[in-house]
Amino acid sequence: MEKVFTRMGDASGVWLSKEEVRAELEEGTNDAADRGKIPPLTEEELDRLFDICTRREKFVSVEPGNEVVVTFDAGTLKMVRVGVPVDRSQAILIHERALGSDTMELAHIDYSYKQIKPIAHDEKYYMEQAQLGTVIPLFYGAMPNVGLYTQPDGPVPNWSELLPMGKITEAQAAQEEAVEHAERDMVYVGSKMYEGGADGINFDTTGASGDADFLAALRAIRALKEKYPELPIELGMAGEFVLGMHGELYFDGVRLAGLYPHDQVKLAEKAGATIFGAVVNTNSSKSFPWNIARAVTFVKACTEAANIPVHVNVGMGVGAVPVFDTPPQDVVSRASKALVEIGKADGL
Amino acid sequence: MGMAITHAIASGMGGMRTTGDLVARMQMTKGMKIKEAKEYVANKLGVSVVDLANEAVARELREELNLGLVHELDGYAKGMEAKFRIAKLLGIEIKSVKNFIERAGL
Repeated sequence: MEKVFTRMGDASGVWLSKEEVRAELEEGTNDAADRGKIPPLTEEELDRLFDICTRREKFVSVEPGNEVVVTFDAGTLKMVRVGVPVDRSQAILIHERALGSDTMELAHIDYSYKQIKPIAHDEKYYMEQAQLGTVIPLFYGAMPNVGLYTQPDGPVPNWSELLPMGKITEAQAAQEEAVEHAERDMVYVGSKMYEGGADGINFDTTGASGDADFLAALRAIRALKEKYPELPIELGMAGEFVLGMHGELYFDGVRLAGLYPHDQVKLAEKAGATIFGAVVNTNSSKSFPWNIARAVTFVKACTEAANIPVHVNVGMGVGAVPVFDTPPQDVVSRASKALVEIGKADGL
Repeated sequence: MGMAITHAIASGMGGMRTTGDLVARMQMTKGMKIKEAKEYVANKLGVSVVDLANEAVARELREELNLGLVHELDGYAKGMEAKFRIAKLLGIEIKSVKNFIERAGL
């Protein structure tokens, strides 16, 4: 029986029969449909996905005319992370002039709005200077990271300590207070960077601290858009599912805990975001066909629900990309093609 | 890095090698989905949507319209200079261009 080379969600190689690939695809889409209460992929879409997964080429790409825009999180930090000792302004130009990046993001190594606040004037100056020599759109980005507002480093009690003690009300109150601090910091830094000429503000890895984190970002976006109606804002998520660390937080009457991408994007729109970064987690114990079918199912539901462009997060551990620090190009390129051509992503 | 570039090659518009920065600006400033953003830019440039990511076509257009090039050609618009032209071509406001006009007293 002919076997197909593919990978597991941890990037290790695995040989599957074509029947096994098809079964993995069906199981993956059904898992997404069940969890998200959304339609599974159609037979035609599964056939197309099967073709992408079973091609013999090492690298695949979208068809001409199907290309999409790429945006970045932690943009200028990535050069540093791979040990290339270049300044951030050089990293921007390397992306613009050598790597064919459609956009770039100026970012600080301590990638959270709370940490940026005391150095916002330095970052603003850097943005102003970078904009003089840059042609491609340049975002400024960081994480809401509401967890940073907890003691001992931050001002509010630590809900991760309170919850195991059964102090639910106190833990909720601490998160509500942290939302106020985070919103204020994000509006302050976002305003500075936009006034410094940023082409957009990126709220990256939103929801990493749960529903309070998501709420703080939504409120900050709304406040920034009221202040600067023309300001482009990208809201990128941390995970596919908003964790209910608080459990009873609402935005415009919608409970945040438990929302999946197709519901998250509607709130992003209401807050005023212009691009939504959908996330679907990769399961490292499952195969690539299982993970990509699941990711495409969630993304398709999200892009169908969205009125704004959806840029799917496709870094390590999300969007069917393996949880591995040098994700293999065979599955990364397959994830790329499938999310764009079947999931109908507007960007990555 | 390698992963990001894999996506850019597999699915990306191509940035300034083509017209990716222009399409990106329409998504960002107007919240346009990819189809609408591409059609808008293609219409402004007078080319087909497929040619937006065709280096051979886009390279000529960028030189002709002076929208910024990836190569080191003397006498052509660079950085801020190119963004003045991009803002005018696309009919959008670019914040850094607006700042430049104000601060330079133009």
